[in-house]
Amino acid sequence: MISPNLSAIFYLVSGVLFILALRGLSSPETSRQGNFFGILGMIIAVTVTFLSTGNFSTGFIFVLIFILIGGSIGAFIAYKIPMTAMPELVAGFHSLVGLSAVFVAISAFLNPEAFNLGKPGNIKLGSLIEMSIGAAVGAITFSGSVIAFLKLQGIMSGSPITFKGQHPLNAIILISIIVLIYLLCSTQSSHLFWILLSVSFLIGFLLIIPIGGADMPVVISMLNSYSGWAAAGIGFTLENTALIITGALVGSSGAILSYIMCKGMNRSFFNVILGGFGATDKTANNSSKEQRPVKSGNADDAAFLMKNASSVIIVPGYGMAVAQAQHALREMVDTLKKNDIKVSYAIHPVAGRMPGHMNVLLAEANVPYDEVFELEEINNDFANADVAFVIGANDVTNPVAKTDPQSPIYGMPVLDVEKCKSVLFVKRSLSPGYAGIDNDLFYKENTLMLFADAKKMTEDITKNL
Amino acid sequence: MEIDPLIFRLSIFILSIFVGYYVVWSVTPSLHTPLMSVTNAISSVIIVGAIIAGLSGNSDTVFNTSSIFGFLAIALAAVNIFGGFLVTQRMLAMYKKKKKNK
Repeated sequence: MISPNLSAIFYLVSGVLFILALRGLSSPETSRQGNFFGILGMIIAVTVTFLSTGNFSTGFIFVLIFILIGGSIGAFIAYKIPMTAMPELVAGFHSLVGLSAVFVAISAFLNPEAFNLGKPGNIKLGSLIEMSIGAAVGAITFSGSVIAFLKLQGIMSGSPITFKGQHPLNAIILISIIVLIYLLCSTQSSHLFWILLSVSFLIGFLLIIPIGGADMPVVISMLNSYSGWAAAGIGFTLENTALIITGALVGSSGAILSYIMCKGMNRSFFNVILGGFGATDKTANNSSKEQRPVKSGNADDAAFLMKNASSVIIVPGYGMAVAQAQHALREMVDTLKKNDIKVSYAIHPVAGRMPGHMNVLLAEANVPYDEVFELEEINNDFANADVAFVIGANDVTNPVAKTDPQSPIYGMPVLDVEKCKSVLFVKRSLSPGYAGIDNDLFYKENTLMLFADAKKMTEDITKNL
Repeated sequence: MEIDPLIFRLSIFILSIFVGYYVVWSVTPSLHTPLMSVTNAISSVIIVGAIIAGLSGNSDTVFNTSSIFGFLAIALAAVNIFGGFLVTQRMLAMYKKKKKNK
């Protein structure tokens, strides 16, 4: 058994290692070292916990067994999961963090003596407040992430589910959570504790159902943030520095990512959370839509255009992930490069279903990361490029965002694809994207629509090059 | 009068939020997905609470209501720790500097 002071120092060390783990991600070269620091921090934290409890009896064996069970499931998933399913995986993992926070809080509530928090029915006030906040946030994280997971997995429809009185209902529930925490702390009643948990599960569910599929980047980042705050709440209860530091890191990380995602859509955080993007004026839009002529082509035409280009910019989107076209795309680019054509990739911040989704897919297909550019880095290059190859993206290229103040996406930063000499648009149909608005780009003189599955079209183009 | 230890923890918490703020802004956007999976893994350090909960029974009764919740939390957090770090490693391995094609 080691002294509480010594273990506190070790927890601090593991907190610092976690900071270094995130720091490593500032560049791909240092990132693997960062991940190693993270693992090291975790090993230190777990080892110190064992040493400080000093309990190596039967219970210890069971702890190891449960770590082994969970660990092998986790490892199995980590090796099997396809890169395209990363958003679902992350959402699923968030739900587990939330649920384990809830379980730890329950355990501490039932047996506070084990945590030095007082006696059942007479828990220290401060600890009880921290515990109930941790439990409530954990429960919200859990049920919210489960809904996000179901939506991303396609088990539940990705379209927003809204009903009358939704926002007042949510507001009432959120207020009742605060009231419940107050009552719980003044009465120490275990009934109130269970009610608090159920209400928190409910609100997590209600908060996420009105949010549509393409807003998932914001939702996932937000839940990431919540899981951090839940961990921090538990950290305060357990008086554990490693948990407090980590909770704060993860909480602010998720908050920053949500901010970046919201900015990428030019929408306020509340606008996304309140949900139902474009749901109100969607019908009006559809009825007034007139048929406009588009130019459509086949793989042969596309190959011809690209062969005669000297520079090509590729704009991937969620459709590429759905069609699993990243490998086919890389092969096409390899062929282009053999013909001395300069190729780069342009990634919009909200392309895909989670932050950095496209980058991971391209990395999986062995695209060197120095050919992949963010919106601000590459947007001026479109004017000098010969061909823009839009694969599975839509709203993020819509010039309407710059020209029409009436449009729901007005002001959203978009890729200036229309400035290219010619635009190739791989898409299955002319249907509007997530925002429910027509893309003017489809009808431009210099746009050639390629109606096909992204993967198949890319393979066909490669054959024709 | 002595300062409540809670104040010290609160200070650590607030300062860590600032550290997190600056560290995360310096993360390159192309690594945002690994960032999410690694934050997932490290937030599962909540397992330390779960271990204390799991070991709360005495040698005669390893399992009581409180410790069962602890054991469940251990398993869940372990899925996350192993899954999170390994999947991050798998992703980061893809970002290795590749030799340019020709």
